[in-house]
Amino acid sequence: MPTLAQPRELLQRFSLGEVDAFEELFRLHQGEVYRWILRVVRDPAIAEDLTVETFWRIHRSHARFDPARSFEAWARRIASNAALDYLRSKPRETELPDDLPQPPQPDPGISQELRQKTARAFGWLPPKLRIAATLALIEEQPYKEIAEALGISTGAVKLRVFRALRRLRKNLQRQGVEL
Amino acid sequence: MTTDDERMKHLLKQSLPPTSTQPRATLQRDLWPATLDRLDKTSVALPWFDWALLAAVVMWLAIFPRAIPVLLYHL
Repeated sequence: MPTLAQPRELLQRFSLGEVDAFEELFRLHQGEVYRWILRVVRDPAIAEDLTVETFWRIHRSHARFDPARSFEAWARRIASNAALDYLRSKPRETELPDDLPQPPQPDPGISQELRQKTARAFGWLPPKLRIAATLALIEEQPYKEIAEALGISTGAVKLRVFRALRRLRKNLQRQGVEL
Repeated sequence: MTTDDERMKHLLKQSLPPTSTQPRATLQRDLWPATLDRLDKTSVALPWFDWALLAAVVMWLAIFPRAIPVLLYHL
């Protein structure tokens, strides 16, 4: 998420509960918050709903915000929690649509069936591992940024990605895929 | 990352392409009206303990109706 310099005064007004300041921050950050959530949930309609949920949580917690700290990082943390709550609330993927989105440069060595099985195996991962693996391996976000957003250390992110890869391999083996 | 891990990463990216390469990667509409609606809906909601307190006061007044003038005097 690019850093936008917000005047300290705006952040202070927000922390005091001024709706005008909240609206200004909302307009500055709604696009970035949406993109961050979309990376995790991968569904534009759900990402929009969770963006609204995130800003509702931000507004609810305005008094706890420290104007000396970064609003972007705080918003990203709340957005990650909202996305994680969503992943926990929905049943793990069992059925997938036949038409998975096409990669920009499809690899002819990877069949549609293998792509389906991989997506299904990924959907079986626990939400905590899935969110770390999505952000690190698919979206290629910096580990430091992921760690801040999830409220854990960089080492813990690496460990979750490692465990996700191991579980993914097992989930693929369950479907008869050997790598 | 090992070669196996790299291969798995490649397979993942082929199966679940990064969202930046997909349509609607950016926000298509202003979400401020929806957020305002959400704030309006919750601003009238009372926490459960407020309702419990209200119920306790009503019950107390029903059991001891003589307390009503005293309560009104103190309000």
